[in-house]
Amino acid sequence: MGIISRAFHGRPREPDAKLPPGQYLVHDFPVLSAGPTPRVPLDRWEFSIDTAEGPVHRWSWEEFLALPQETPTVDLHCVTKWSKFGTGWKGVSLDVLMEDVESAAEYALAYSYGGYTTNLPLEDLLDGKAWVVHEFDGEELEPPHGGPARLLVPHLYLWKSAKWIKGIRLLNEDWPGFWETAGYHNYGDPWREQRYDGD
Amino acid sequence: MDYQDGNALAGPLSEIFSLDVTVAQGKCAACGLRGPLAQLHVYGPDPGLVARCPSCEEVVLTLVRGPNDAWLDLRGSVSLRIPIAE
Repeated sequence: MGIISRAFHGRPREPDAKLPPGQYLVHDFPVLSAGPTPRVPLDRWEFSIDTAEGPVHRWSWEEFLALPQETPTVDLHCVTKWSKFGTGWKGVSLDVLMEDVESAAEYALAYSYGGYTTNLPLEDLLDGKAWVVHEFDGEELEPPHGGPARLLVPHLYLWKSAKWIKGIRLLNEDWPGFWETAGYHNYGDPWREQRYDGD
Repeated sequence: MDYQDGNALAGPLSEIFSLDVTVAQGKCAACGLRGPLAQLHVYGPDPGLVARCPSCEEVVLTLVRGPNDAWLDLRGSVSLRIPIAE
């Protein structure tokens, strides 16, 4: 029975053990929106790593695609309580993007086409924990899900994985982003259920 | 169209204000447009309501509703002119 059930569902692991507290499993991919969906032409797309003083590195779309690519498969956890297991992405590790960056900064602010921002400790972007991704499930990332490229930081609630990413600013002090200044938690660890400010 | 008009704020804001503030005249901090909150473009409701100026699309206000608290952020509003009957 167990074998039949597992084959039928195509899910080789126990779902509950992978669900953070308060989350439920979905099989679709909900789209949450805080504004109009930006449409960014690829010939005008660029991604920057910068400091308050100016850009440190900047990549065009072609330059970005020429960087070493990874294909992480990760679980997603949205603060609105849905989780989605085993999502497949393609993109560039932040370790690659930060390779030549000399900085003593401890904080990062991801900023997006359309004006969205979200803040993270810089260490949460490094050591294989974050990517800038441009494919989902073997297809080009569609604009409603953050295409042409979005940040992917799966160990934090999904609002930290900024859609339509335009750049990452390295900072010496923490600058809370869009939702972090509007009532949501500054860090957003799903395993500690850090949903709202003060949780 | 992926947003509702500002009348969608009436129910959620009635938890906070005793008056119907969707009839209040707001002024956008970004472009200066004046108009009733009912004319804002409202995205959400999850993870929070985001009301944007119908002219410049900048954020006028956000409303996040947790289990025990509501956070109303008027970051993009210069002022609200609220009609009050005598």
